[in-house]
Amino acid sequence: MPDTAMPILDVKGLKTVFRTRGGEVHAVNSVDFDLRPGELLGVVGESGSGKSVTMMSLLRLLPSPPAEMRDGAVMFDGQDLLKISPEELRKVRGSKIGFIFQDPMTSLNPVYTIGFQLAEPLRAHLGLSKAQARTRSIELLQLVGIPDAERRLKDYPHQFSGGMRQRVMIAIALACDPQVLIADEPTTALDVTIQAQIIELVKELRQKLGMAIIWITHDLGVIAGIADRVMVMYAGQVVEEGPVGEIFRDPQHPYTQALLKTVPAVRGPRAERLQVIEGQPPIMYEAPAACSFRNRCQFAFDRCSQENPTLTGISAPGHRAACFLLDKASTPEPEAVDG
Amino acid sequence: MADAESANPLVKVRDLKMYFPIHAGLFRTHVGDIKAVDGISFDIMPGETLGLVGESGCGKSTVGRSILRLYDVTGGTVEINGSEIAHVDRDSLRSKRPMMQMIFQDPQASLNPRMTVASIIGEPLDEHMKLSSDERLARIYELMDWVGLNRAFAKRYPHEFSGGQRQRIGIARALALNPKFIVCDEPIAALDVSIQAQVVNLLEELQDRLNLTYLFISHDLSMVRHIADRVAVMYLGRIVEVASREALFAEPLHPYTQALLSAVPEPDPELERHRKPIVLQGDVPSPANPPKGCNFSTRCPKVMDICRRIEPEVRDFGGGRQVACHLYSESMTTTAEPTAGDIKN
Repeated sequence: MPDTAMPILDVKGLKTVFRTRGGEVHAVNSVDFDLRPGELLGVVGESGSGKSVTMMSLLRLLPSPPAEMRDGAVMFDGQDLLKISPEELRKVRGSKIGFIFQDPMTSLNPVYTIGFQLAEPLRAHLGLSKAQARTRSIELLQLVGIPDAERRLKDYPHQFSGGMRQRVMIAIALACDPQVLIADEPTTALDVTIQAQIIELVKELRQKLGMAIIWITHDLGVIAGIADRVMVMYAGQVVEEGPVGEIFRDPQHPYTQALLKTVPAVRGPRAERLQVIEGQPPIMYEAPAACSFRNRCQFAFDRCSQENPTLTGISAPGHRAACFLLDKASTPEPEAVDG
Repeated sequence: MADAESANPLVKVRDLKMYFPIHAGLFRTHVGDIKAVDGISFDIMPGETLGLVGESGCGKSTVGRSILRLYDVTGGTVEINGSEIAHVDRDSLRSKRPMMQMIFQDPQASLNPRMTVASIIGEPLDEHMKLSSDERLARIYELMDWVGLNRAFAKRYPHEFSGGQRQRIGIARALALNPKFIVCDEPIAALDVSIQAQVVNLLEELQDRLNLTYLFISHDLSMVRHIADRVAVMYLGRIVEVASREALFAEPLHPYTQALLSAVPEPDPELERHRKPIVLQGDVPSPANPPKGCNFSTRCPKVMDICRRIEPEVRDFGGGRQVACHLYSESMTTTAEPTAGDIKN
């Protein structure tokens, strides 16, 4: 892993707010992260944790209103994506940064052929002629493993199965040879055997093309298999990040620990009762002034409701968590909490 | 469930078929059938949970719905608690409804948004029981207690609840008439990871307390491994393998079960690095036009000539285990349990 390389994408203090009739909802609260060339960053969190909104904010894909990017900087290719003009941004979207959405049925246009939708970014961004775009489209479909590519260009999305549609989505995202690929729950809508196919495909494409990938998911199993680094989100904040091995072997944040325990295994010993995280994630009507997880956390103490913890480094390089228990551990107290 | 023969099953399904007709052309002529469920048989013992797994489109939900006669089945018999369900008339079916209930996948869509929690849970009581309004309210509160809903929320509407709580309302409604048998159709698929465990634990608690029998339909193999006593694996309208939970997860016999289990990623990076999943090629064929011979023959990594010609018969391996695959048809007696060596060959 190129640990020392300059990050290709550097996000600082990102804040996104939705203005709704019921008041403001703070969906993304001061999120910092970076992505290095060729790396696969897994983003884990439950629905509403802000993982998709964070990634859509990067490319300003959220409709405004109701969304509003309050603060932050997204440095990519020497420019701040939150500040550049819409024209410049359009050159980045779908070309240098590709996006794969969760549901391939709703994100492909049902009234255009696959060939048309594949050629669109090629002609717009790379200025290819019709014939060139067609040749490249066929190459792309072959790259993502769609048999009989030339004939299938004439087909419409409904003529493809779910897994094949997701392959088409990947082909479109890869069309302009992006440096960064953002995949938002790309396998969640698929069956396990098809999910296995798509994961193998992404692993293979990564080796072949070498782009950096951000993979959003709630499935820890998927992350374990493909990610180099993991970022855990809760209530619009990053609560823990680190190399994939560290996160699974030695999770530091109580939320990460609980999340790893609630999922039953298909192999190995079987638990009699499932571990439960009581309660449910909060809706953030205010910017967090205290730890958002405190009401569901079994280790919560006074300080957790007074301040909001920030990411602090742990012994392992690159492993950080936002939890006061880490401070507690470093400054031993007489009545030390075990945990 | 080793003593499957000695006890009487609560649910007995024999050669169940559910075909949906395809009509085409100007006169909507009947041109074919979608064979969603094509001749399946199984038993469920009292107090047992049978897991029914398979990929989308394999017919697992249709099985659940046909058993409860939400569809008029094409063929076969269904017996629940000693009464025939598949071919009785509407009135006698209605009198049997209380003992068999269903919990649906999407709690948002299966609860009427214009009804309060109390009226949703109370509706089956109004339909099937003669209760005074005090008795009715007492029963509603009791049900809400059982599923962990605050009684103070009885006058609220479904949209005021989170997904997990809505599923609890659906569970309370299913329990209202003291059912014996509940079909849980993907009850946790729409819920978040941290909420899924809450609902699964609740279902298990209720099963212990009320001696319920579940058919637990799911595509989530790890959850099925947690909750089910026995597991049936479906592929394209047929059951390919039935076995006890331990046997199925420790040593799947059917190549489809093997591929399905191996496709589930492991939440452990060390193991995951070295794991070689069996990646099946292609997609599930259309149930309107299933392949000749074995339904799985188009994707099976161990396919033989015979598989493309002759449909494999279900073979009993003892201990409640049944497999429908030609790999095990020859050179093996019906009683002997196959050893690991045999499977590799």
